[in-house]
Amino acid sequence: MALCRIIPCLDVDDGRVVKGVKFSNLRDAGSAVELAQRYEEDGADELVMLDVSATPQGRSHQVDVVKAVREVLSIPLTVGGGIRKLEDAMRLLDSGADKVSLNTAAVRTPGLITELANRFGCQCTVVAIDAAETVPGEWEVVISSGKERPGLDAIEWVKRVEALGAGEILLTSWDRDGTRSGYDLSLLQAFSKATQLPVIASGGADTPGHMLEAIEAGADAVLAASIFHDGDWTVWGLKDVLHEQGLPLRRKGGDEC
Amino acid sequence: MTQKDVHIVSTGTANIASVMASLRRLHAQPQLEPTPAQVLDADYVVLPGVGAFGAAVEMLKKQQLFAPLRERILAGKPTFAICLGLQLFCEASEESDGFEGLGIVPGVVKRFTGDLRIPQFGWSGVKAAEKSHHFRDGYAYYANSYCLRDIPEGWDVAVSEYGGEYVAAMAKGDVVACQFHPELSGKWGQSLMSRWLSGQMTDDGRKS
Repeated sequence: MALCRIIPCLDVDDGRVVKGVKFSNLRDAGSAVELAQRYEEDGADELVMLDVSATPQGRSHQVDVVKAVREVLSIPLTVGGGIRKLEDAMRLLDSGADKVSLNTAAVRTPGLITELANRFGCQCTVVAIDAAETVPGEWEVVISSGKERPGLDAIEWVKRVEALGAGEILLTSWDRDGTRSGYDLSLLQAFSKATQLPVIASGGADTPGHMLEAIEAGADAVLAASIFHDGDWTVWGLKDVLHEQGLPLRRKGGDEC
Repeated sequence: MTQKDVHIVSTGTANIASVMASLRRLHAQPQLEPTPAQVLDADYVVLPGVGAFGAAVEMLKKQQLFAPLRERILAGKPTFAICLGLQLFCEASEESDGFEGLGIVPGVVKRFTGDLRIPQFGWSGVKAAEKSHHFRDGYAYYANSYCLRDIPEGWDVAVSEYGGEYVAAMAKGDVVACQFHPELSGKWGQSLMSRWLSGQMTDDGRKS
C-alpha cells in the first residue's frame, strides 16, 4: 500500500523562501536550494514549492529556482503559483518539476486541467483548492491568494476537478492556514467522501497529533511549512512519533547499499 | 574522470528532467535523441517513460529504435528502464490493446484492480530477493496504474505490494527495469542507479 507522505512546503518569493501567516506578513526563511536539500535529508517524502510572488517580475525567478532545486533533489517536486497557461506548466516540468499545481487558473480556465492531464498525464496534474468555511460543514473556494471568492462550493468543485482529469488535490484550509491550530478535519472528511483522488492536507499543522488526525480524517499526505522552517520538528522526528502511533511511513535507513 | 555518456530514449512526452538531474548527480552526461546505432551500441542507455504503452511503442517504432533497443537488451548491454520502461519489456499491456511490447519477458501488464486508489501515487516498500545481486530492501516512489504481476523466471526480482504482489524491479546482469522512479526515490534510488552506472551489478555486489 502507499505510505502516508509528509510534505514540507516552501513558499518562494522572488527566488527566496518565505513563510506566511494567512499568506501575508511574510518573513524570509532561507534559500530554496539549501532548504530543499535539508528537507530531503531530514526525511521529506516530497516537496511542494509555491511561488507567492505578487508580481510577474518576482515570479521570473521561478524557473531558475526550480532548476537549481532539481539538481540537488532526488524526491518528487510539485511546483505551483502563477501557472496560467499550458506553456507555463510545460516550462516548469521541463525545468524539473515532477508535478504542477493549478489553483486560480483551474477555476478561471477549468479546461487547463484536462489539457495538462491529456498532455502529461494525471500523475503530474495537481489542483490546489483553498477552502474557507461559510457555515459549519460548508466551504467555498478562495482564489487569487484570498482576494476573490467566485462563489464555488468546494465539494462541488473537487468533484468537477476529478472529472476533468486531475491526479491529486492539495487542499488548504483558508481558516487554519498559518494558525498552527490543527488541520480542518471536517473539511478533510468531506473531501475524502467526495473524491477518489489522493488529498494532501494543508493549513494548520503544529504537532504530530495534528498530522495523525488529518490522516485518520482521510488525507493521504500532510503538508506543513512553519513547523519545519522554525526547526521545531524534523520530518524523521515526526515520523518516529507517527510510527509509534501505527501509521505506515517511509522510515529512516536503507539508504546505503 | 571522464564523464560517462548515458543515452536517454525518449518515448514522447515523458518528463525526463528528473532523470537527467539524477544522472548528472552521478557525474554522468545525459544525451538525448539517440540514433538507432547509439541505442544498439552505446555504453549506457536509459529508457524512461511516462504515458501510455501503445503511444510509447509507436514512438519507438517511428524513431526506428524498437528493434535496436530489443537487440541491445537481449545482448545484455547496460540498460536501465523506468516505470513504463519496465512495462515495455513485457509482451503486451491491458492499457493498449493490439500493441506488442518488446517481449523481453513473458506476461501481460495488468491494471491495478480492487479497492485501491488508482493511480498509485507515493512511496511503497520494496522487498529484494534473498541474496539479490541487484537490489536492496528499501522504499521507492511510484506513479502507476498498471503493473506486471507475473514474476519472470531467470531474473533477479524485487517486489512491492498493491492489491497483491507485483514486480517492483527486475534485473539480469546490467539490464535493470524498475516500476518505481529511482530518480525520485531519494538516496536509495540514487544508489541503485549509481551501482548500475559503475558496473557493480554484475560484480559481487551481493546483499549482505
